Amino acid sequence: MIATLADDPANGATNGDIPLLQVRDLGHSYGSRIGCRDITFDLYPSEVLGIVGESGSGKTTLLSCLSGRLPLSQGTIHYDTRTQGLVDLAALSEAQRRLLTRTDWGIVHQSPRDGLRMAVSAGANIGERLMAVGARHYGQIRDTARDWLQRVEIQPDRIDDLPSTFSGGMQQRLQIARNLVTGPRLMFMDEPTGGLDVSVQARLLDLLRGLVDDMNLSVVLVTHDLAVARLLAHRLMVMQGGVVVESGLTDQVLDDPHHPYTQLLVSSVLQV
Amino acid sequence: MNPSPVIEVCGLAKEFTIHAQGGLRIPVFSGLSLAVSAGECVALHGPSGCGKSTLLRALYANYQADSGRILIQHRGGLVDMVAAEPRVVLAVRRHTLGYVSQFLRVIPRIAALDVVAEPAVRNGIARDQARERAAALLARLRIPQRLWHLPPATFSGGEQQRVNIARGFILDYPALLLDEPTAALDVDNRDTVAQLIEEAKARGTALVGIFHDQALRERVSDRVFDLESARTIV
Repeated sequence: MIATLADDPANGATNGDIPLLQVRDLGHSYGSRIGCRDITFDLYPSEVLGIVGESGSGKTTLLSCLSGRLPLSQGTIHYDTRTQGLVDLAALSEAQRRLLTRTDWGIVHQSPRDGLRMAVSAGANIGERLMAVGARHYGQIRDTARDWLQRVEIQPDRIDDLPSTFSGGMQQRLQIARNLVTGPRLMFMDEPTGGLDVSVQARLLDLLRGLVDDMNLSVVLVTHDLAVARLLAHRLMVMQGGVVVESGLTDQVLDDPHHPYTQLLVSSVLQV
Repeated sequence: MNPSPVIEVCGLAKEFTIHAQGGLRIPVFSGLSLAVSAGECVALHGPSGCGKSTLLRALYANYQADSGRILIQHRGGLVDMVAAEPRVVLAVRRHTLGYVSQFLRVIPRIAALDVVAEPAVRNGIARDQARERAAALLARLRIPQRLWHLPPATFSGGEQQRVNIARGFILDYPALLLDEPTAALDVDNRDTVAQLIEEAKARGTALVGIFHDQALRERVSDRVFDLESARTIV
């Protein structure tokens, strides 16, 4: 008999055998032009899925569809909610969907400016999501904000400073703190290390690796950087022209690529 | 001792297709079968390029075999590494199947001690305890204590290899794959590696290894598996 994880509850969380996200035949078209199509996959709790491919391959379109920022032209997304179990996201009301986005999900944008509110303090950026889930006690919100600043390696005494006074790497870490403060189960990340110096990138990757492990986060990570994918993702989907051309275990896809496009992608990486 | 093999390979085939060269096909092996029992160490043998590392990587599911099965005894069941889903493969790697690669893959900013401790931490062992085990192994493999808290990126080849060996031996895996574990090591450290392998065998670990060092091979392996002759039997 061939065992699967489902046969063995000791292999993971109690719900390890129920996917958090089930995506079937997902597609999005911009008019007659196809953004992405025929995307099917399951994402399990604590799993990090990397989506790689060059720009224009449809990976950001896919991420926008998954995170509810773009409507689907075809297909379905089911999500295993805390209260109702598996639901079809299309069947949720706008209010329910907004609550999900603000509490159970997080979105880390490539540019911190898209994910932060630049006109309010670092503390308020973190506190805002807490208040969205009902926190009202000012002192507690501030303590939590300070704690999270520390966890993402920002001096807690910067709590009242505006994000615009932060470096790019600090802004990115603040964006991550803002997302994680509500204890989400699912994170969408769009090139989280893009545009950062390599040393800053290494620090952020290290931080992300730790947080993903500690919080048992499931992550859909879009990146064009294969080294980032190798470090963070358990498995990969390689996209080209809006479709998935290859998928599998991260190190298998990178070390034994089968599709011509994946082989090209892997062999195009500059060695240092 | 458990009579059924810990690792059982049946009819395994692997070839590479290089699309940049007009779909050039490079067959490596086919129809390969091998069984490794608990407490047994099998040395892969054959000239350079015959597919020893490819086989080892296929066993770890780092390379995708084209056909055949690789059955691994995992937590009371059998997992076929050729067909299993990624998350099942990862669970097998986490709990059951260790792999000491030829070269350490360096992770930025992570200290040697934590590089070694990581597989234990991921297996649910408390960080302090994992670090203690890591420290004991690093000491045994003669890595100076002043290096333990530095990332191994700047270490010598031999030091990196010993960090990699420590990482591979931090858990008592039921099955362990070794790719030339002593290539860059001096006599004393080779002896330590041989001892680590002997201890693993005594615990019942099934091992498959590539050992270019003849003395080590003769000391630790129970059997030699010749890929040259094995792959002709299709």
